[in-house]
Amino acid sequence: MKSYGFDGNAPQGLGRKVTSVYVYEAPVRLWHWVTVLCIITLSVTGYLIGKPLPSVPGEATFNFVMGYIRFAHFTAGYILAIGLIGRLYWALVGNHHAREIILVPVWDRAWWKEFFFEVRWYLFLERYPKKYIGHNPVGQIAMASFLWVAVFMCFTGFALYGEGLGTKSWAYQGFGWVISAFGGNSLTVHNWHRLGMWSIILFVMIHVYAAIREDIMSKQSMVSTMISGFRMFKD
Amino acid sequence: METFYQAMRRQGVTRRSFLKFCSLTATSLGLGSAFVPRIAYALETKPRVPVIWLHGLECTCCTESFIRSAHPLAKDAILSLISLDYDDTIMAAAGHQAEAILDDLIKNHKGNYIVAVEGNPPLNEDGMYCFPGGEPFVEKLKRVSADAKALIAWGSCASWGCVQAAKPNPTRATPVHQVILDKPVIKVPGCPPIPEVMAAVITYMVTFDKIPELDRQGRPKMFYGQRIHDKCYRRPHFDAGQFVESWDDEGARKGYCLYKMGCKGPTTYNACSTVRWNDGVSFPIQSGHGCIGCSEEGFWDKGSFYDRVTSIPQFGVEANADKIGFTVAGTAGAAIAAHAAVSAIKSTMLKKQDLQPLDPATSAQNKDKNEEKV
Repeated sequence: MKSYGFDGNAPQGLGRKVTSVYVYEAPVRLWHWVTVLCIITLSVTGYLIGKPLPSVPGEATFNFVMGYIRFAHFTAGYILAIGLIGRLYWALVGNHHAREIILVPVWDRAWWKEFFFEVRWYLFLERYPKKYIGHNPVGQIAMASFLWVAVFMCFTGFALYGEGLGTKSWAYQGFGWVISAFGGNSLTVHNWHRLGMWSIILFVMIHVYAAIREDIMSKQSMVSTMISGFRMFKD
Repeated sequence: METFYQAMRRQGVTRRSFLKFCSLTATSLGLGSAFVPRIAYALETKPRVPVIWLHGLECTCCTESFIRSAHPLAKDAILSLISLDYDDTIMAAAGHQAEAILDDLIKNHKGNYIVAVEGNPPLNEDGMYCFPGGEPFVEKLKRVSADAKALIAWGSCASWGCVQAAKPNPTRATPVHQVILDKPVIKVPGCPPIPEVMAAVITYMVTFDKIPELDRQGRPKMFYGQRIHDKCYRRPHFDAGQFVESWDDEGARKGYCLYKMGCKGPTTYNACSTVRWNDGVSFPIQSGHGCIGCSEEGFWDKGSFYDRVTSIPQFGVEANADKIGFTVAGTAGAAIAAHAAVSAIKSTMLKKQDLQPLDPATSAQNKDKNEEKV
């Protein structure tokens, strides 16, 4: 039977074999960490754009607090968007692990079987986890959802950005239709953009926890894999 | 038919004042001086376009606003510039006389008149909630619009639905462009729209005999192409990070940005911050109150007027994006902590079990393996 992961089974006693496989190519790793920095910047500045810092004293001429915060937000937004385009390109030319978080085989029964196996593992109902060179099915779904939310954030973000640039700007020409699609009042788009931010924060919390936990419990490397590119299996 | 120029001369306007008026109109439409003679020529040669002004489910604030237009003066607009032949609120005729004028207009100017709609038709109960002149307004609107050249949707009622269309919209008040589908509808939203904007839009249409350039949502770009925020005189305080934190604080006295008080300027397309109101005297932000976004779609249903990260009614009365976010993140954090604790306990238990030989045979195997490794 076709299978995505291989069976972890019980560790074979005290002796541990360490094998390693090259999983994440350099562009994927670079994209990951650039996106991490962008998300931190975007979330902090984005939060402060909706709920600004306390007022600064002095003349308006000599202050540009909100201006810098928005500048940082827009710049990080550009980098995130360019990164996403680069990442999608790499999905086409990279190894098959570069594709697995974009093309999730939801049409495959075997994949769903392993998906529920992973759900049971996270609910403590399975004793040993399966081993995956790339992502396990639950992780795949989570990553794919993140990608779609990130794309959503780029579309709504550039639509709102275009409002400030003006109707002749590329952002308004290219993404202004998003505001019409939300009914025409960009306040609605602001609300969805903010809910999008919170959903990404939720994703990051779960993502970081799951990576660290798997690193410890499933005896395969997670965190260092995104640095070196190699996944180590410790038994 | 009388031309604009003839009508104005009849009103006692001198040639000199007429030309002044042409330059003023060109200026208010944002056109260069080369357009002044063209406007004059058009006004001298073109017959006046008849305008039919209909009133549906509305409060007449659009008319109240329009008659206060200073550039051009409403008097000029109504008596000279346009041929406002039917407007049941301000016309002298009443009752059957008035309706007879309407029928004549439709017959005599087929396909040549402009319908300006104030308010909107309610569709529930076959339109019985608005019943002017013995017929449901929705039917009157359809009948009059059938032979119109174009429609102007005055105000937020006609453009978006406004307060009568706010949830739960018991009469099913519906904006004009969703009822009249086969004619161009120019939206001039606002509650009410700025009088100068109204007068300029209608002047543009009858002068140039064409529809002004519209944005994606059908609003004239010349007045709705920018947000209040883009041209707000308090914008430097926004960029500097200087906000009014409460209505009576130092910032409010100094005229800081009203963003934190819920100003909807950044999401509202209108000309208030440039054209202003009452002959350019002031506008809400200049008077110390944030914009409530009255020219935007569904502004009654978009949460409080007094916060920026505003409530999302679908998630409950008091919910906004941040409250939802903090709740979800907090719950997830607690769940992660609990999950981590269980994981740690389970992991320790399993490790103990795994390291204990289950039976001598496997124990021996393991021993062999260990030796192999070494």
